[in-house]
Amino acid sequence: MRRFGSWGPGLLLVSPSLLALFIFVYGFLGWNIRVSFTSWRGLTPTYNNVGLANYAALTADQRFMQFDVPHIAIFTLVFVLGALALGFFMAMLLDKGVRGENFFRAVYLFPMAISFIATAIIWRWLMDNGGGASTTGLNKLVQGTGWSSFHSDWFRSDSKWAIAAIALPAGWALSGYVMSLFLAGLRGVPEELREAARVDGASEPKVFWHVVRPMLLPVLMSAIVILAHISLKTFDLFYAMDQKNIKIDTPALYMWFTTFDGGFYARGATIATLLLCGVAVVIIPYVWYSVRAERRR
Amino acid sequence: MRDGQIRSRWAPYVATLRYLALFALVCFFLMPVYALLVTALKSPVEVSVVRMWQWPSSLSLDNFRIVWPKLEEGFVNSMLMALPASIISSMLGAANGFVLAKWRFPGADFVFPLILFGMFIPYQAILIPMFQTMSWAHLRGGLDGLILVHVIYGLPITTLIFRSYFAGISEELIEAAKVDGAGMLGTFFYVALPIAPPAFAVSMIWQFTSAWNDFLFGVLLTNREYWPITVALNNIAGSQAVPFNEAMASALLACIPTLLIYVVLGRFFMRGLMAGALKG
Repeated sequence: MRRFGSWGPGLLLVSPSLLALFIFVYGFLGWNIRVSFTSWRGLTPTYNNVGLANYAALTADQRFMQFDVPHIAIFTLVFVLGALALGFFMAMLLDKGVRGENFFRAVYLFPMAISFIATAIIWRWLMDNGGGASTTGLNKLVQGTGWSSFHSDWFRSDSKWAIAAIALPAGWALSGYVMSLFLAGLRGVPEELREAARVDGASEPKVFWHVVRPMLLPVLMSAIVILAHISLKTFDLFYAMDQKNIKIDTPALYMWFTTFDGGFYARGATIATLLLCGVAVVIIPYVWYSVRAERRR
Repeated sequence: MRDGQIRSRWAPYVATLRYLALFALVCFFLMPVYALLVTALKSPVEVSVVRMWQWPSSLSLDNFRIVWPKLEEGFVNSMLMALPASIISSMLGAANGFVLAKWRFPGADFVFPLILFGMFIPYQAILIPMFQTMSWAHLRGGLDGLILVHVIYGLPITTLIFRSYFAGISEELIEAAKVDGAGMLGTFFYVALPIAPPAFAVSMIWQFTSAWNDFLFGVLLTNREYWPITVALNNIAGSQAVPFNEAMASALLACIPTLLIYVVLGRFFMRGLMAGALKG
């Protein structure tokens, strides 16, 4: 161990901000978990202990079990797969170098700079479900291309899958990000490796499958983890789209309304703890492997 | 050779298809922008939801004149909040990144992943304690509390950006500074910071964009007169009762600062994105 004099000043410099961060992250996460074991309701905090009663109540909660959990599962599935497919497709289109690449990349990525609130306000009008003479938005656009019988109720549909419509604006916002990740991955494959495979007689599809694909796996993992955790925690997109629509209700929205509108703090904390567990399952291994991979380099 | 011939015979078609697909995607990504622009630029009497896709018969800025007074306060609040939040958390991130990369203390490798995890937590899981703490500290209602939480929750990404950047400084440079008698602060200020402007650009752009676009912290922690732009926007344009043209014009105004940054400094914006995926 080196002397304190050599590393002490560094520790002193970072400790105030790191201490604040640890309190606001780990202190607050622990505090929230503690609240999930109480029966706190209303504005005055209560710190009793009811064990797992809130968790048990949630498993019998119709809004949570019948709507929120299936909704977030459907949304995550459609959004993650959709954004991955579109992002990968765009990366493949751009990989070999096309004229105007910078222009295309800039256009595909610009929605990342826009807030989810603004995105929701635009897309809510695009996905309007007015019929007949008041048809507008995407329905009108598709009908204009000649498919005159087209009509979708989008996120106001009666189907259990109504929430899948929100994957459209979410994918619009984030598939450019996935494209950038894949493009960086594709460009990271050394040309000598591809060339060596070609010299051995491999066709282009085979070069892709045996040389490029294995090297893209880490990128794919990053993209899945990032999209999945965004999907679980996103609040504002749904809120601004149609906040009182049970068809697009998610755990993040239920947590907000039950806590800050209803005063059911203990229930809100319980939902939040479950969300934390869902995110932790994908994020902790990811952070662990990223840091370890960096150390090996 | 056979392979090469096939490729050359089909190459023109493949290239055409490729460009067709690229342009179709451009249309998809710009379609909402088109709807937004033509609606916002129509005169309020010409606006009709049903004729959403039609080109305006004459250009008019009246929609912006109508909504700007309602948005102005939020716009100013967001500027007053996002600028200090991005500057402060970048400066703290620079110090943290420097120490974690070049002036390590025992346990630094253990602390770093713990910091990173803070970047990914669902904020729902800290909202109740944060609300209680900020109320207790009398930091709820105004902009100072909002700045504070943006600074703190911004630290993981700013620390990561600067740590990756400073990891690239050669050890000889650091050792040379030490031999010259520079301490930790001297090395930080005279060796690390002078070469750090690109990292500051990445970090500040990232932080400004996230603070500007945040809704959750803003709606929880501020009173009406301190609402950031996203909360004001949601309030103006968030109900079906609001005229469609006003909703679109407000959304456009609220996006201008981050879009300007994206257009002018896109390169740095991209690097922030890569850092956010832990791919420095």
